[in-house]
Amino acid sequence: MKREKPRSAADYLPVAFPAAMLAVFFGVPFGIMVAISFFRRVQGGFYEPDFVLANYGRFLSVFFGSVLGFSLELAALVAVICVAIGTPFTYLLTRMPRRWQIGWLVGLLAILALSEVIIGFAWSTLLSRTAGITNLLAAVGLVREAWSLSPSFGAVLTGMVYQAFPYTVLVLFAPVSRLDPSIVEAARTLGASPVRAFFNLVIPTLRNAILATIILVFVFALGSYLLPQLLGRPQHWTLSVLITDQAIYQSNLPFAAAMAVFLVLISLSLVGLATLLARREAT
Amino acid sequence: MQPEVPVLTGLTLEALTKRFGPVTAVDRVDLNVAHGTLVCLLGPSGCGKTTLLRMIAGLEEPTSGRILLDGTDITSLPAHRRDFGMVFQSLGLFPHLDVGENIAYPLRIRGQSRAAQNERVRQLLELVHLPGYADRPISKLSGGQRQRVAIARALALSPRLFLLDEPLSALDAKLREAMQVELTQLQRRLGITTIVVTHDQREAMTMADLVVIMGNGKVRQIGPPVEIYRRPADAFVASFIGTTNLIPARADGAQGAAVPGGRIPGLLLSQTSATLSVRPEDIALTDPESAPIRGEVTFVRDLGATIEVFINCEGTEIIAVEPPRERREIRPGARVGIAITPERCVVLPP
Repeated sequence: MKREKPRSAADYLPVAFPAAMLAVFFGVPFGIMVAISFFRRVQGGFYEPDFVLANYGRFLSVFFGSVLGFSLELAALVAVICVAIGTPFTYLLTRMPRRWQIGWLVGLLAILALSEVIIGFAWSTLLSRTAGITNLLAAVGLVREAWSLSPSFGAVLTGMVYQAFPYTVLVLFAPVSRLDPSIVEAARTLGASPVRAFFNLVIPTLRNAILATIILVFVFALGSYLLPQLLGRPQHWTLSVLITDQAIYQSNLPFAAAMAVFLVLISLSLVGLATLLARREAT
Repeated sequence: MQPEVPVLTGLTLEALTKRFGPVTAVDRVDLNVAHGTLVCLLGPSGCGKTTLLRMIAGLEEPTSGRILLDGTDITSLPAHRRDFGMVFQSLGLFPHLDVGENIAYPLRIRGQSRAAQNERVRQLLELVHLPGYADRPISKLSGGQRQRVAIARALALSPRLFLLDEPLSALDAKLREAMQVELTQLQRRLGITTIVVTHDQREAMTMADLVVIMGNGKVRQIGPPVEIYRRPADAFVASFIGTTNLIPARADGAQGAAVPGGRIPGLLLSQTSATLSVRPEDIALTDPESAPIRGEVTFVRDLGATIEVFINCEGTEIIAVEPPRERREIRPGARVGIAITPERCVVLPP
């Protein structure tokens, strides 16, 4: 498809409104946050305009470094698990009869309607000792008595994968359903089993879509701050949790802002790096 | 003399049926394809020919019936164990692999050595007239070249059966005709049993040893192309293969048959009424005064090599093809006479 380039200022008019909204409700607040990150904190919950680097200097410590490292690892793990489950799932979904497809998609969209709080409490109940799924194992006699699965790293991971999975499927759905079915059928007639055809052909053909989905889920998971608190121990708290803690409970907005800016810069550079690697490999 | 024992060689389909919910796509098809023949499954779109081919390939599971290859039942053998080569309508080339890797894919997954793969790819590219193309990406090829790559890939394993689903439909008319000839020559040279699905009767006439005409999921007629052209089994087949005139006729009790605009002397019908299928080239234009059938010319299509004359005989349109050498003065509105010899009429049920 070929699009004409906009020639006059009037041609840009249709994007003027979204651009203005983005500037006012995203650009300006982000600018304020960047500014605050250089301000000086005043005891008692306020700050005054200044230009100090102390806020950034403060988290160049082992503690914040390891929290940042944990946050990135957790987000990457969530992204990889979501795509690892989501790609075969979406592939099978697109080959189901239409009625089944709609049923699954409605179910997945319903998850998006749930708030993070509800997801967190639901999973902490499901993984608890008193009412959790281990009771089922105890009831059928597989184990002697029920035990608690939460709080733990596994619980955090489960909750976050659950929350990000619908996004994964929705993002993958369009490229997967555009996949030419004769590619897999050709592979079948050439002697490839269905599983082999999936790994040899479907995955490589969808490479760019899969990479884009990993990045999207990664960024999405990086911002999660409720689930790690509801389902994890303090050592499972992400940088987002610490930012919330500083901003709301410690009333240290300049430090919270500095951490937020740093997180944004780190994730932007990681996304940029991944895109760059993908492009180099494609050529 | 030895008694004739039915030996099952080649491909045999027994009452093969496929239903999609309430729709019967393929309805009890019986077919026997001897080794080395090229069979065309011909029919209008939606007649079940592609479904039939997909069942043979193992990509669609038959609702009932059996598929046998050299007497062995392969009905439930999965597609990837059948060792058939198939060319798809949309080709199904792997976009992330280059030409050589596409062709070598079936060899690679069977663990053949790199050297053996390269040698086979070289042979196959030579076979399809694309030598030296192994390192090209698929995206840089023209439609005809992609076609050849798909054919080479399907032949990489020397398959027991070579299946093609509307293989040439994406090509322009000229290239398509050239590829039909090339594909037929290739098939003759390799002697490989081949089944081609097509809706183009010209393609079937060009390529096939045996044509299977399908309509509404059923086989309507099986035979060599010329036999089907000369002796169509019913009006559907007659009108599908080539152009034909379908003329209603009645026995007139005087050693002939009455047709619109006159009669055909000497044509004896076993029933009182019938439909005659007469090819346009078998209709001769004569002097209107002495002719047994008379009509009025409504349109003349002069194509240079042939001249088609459309004649209205009491409401029935008859098309006659005139040899261009004579190029008689025939204009719309002129009265003409028609002569049809009884031997050239195919009598069909009314």
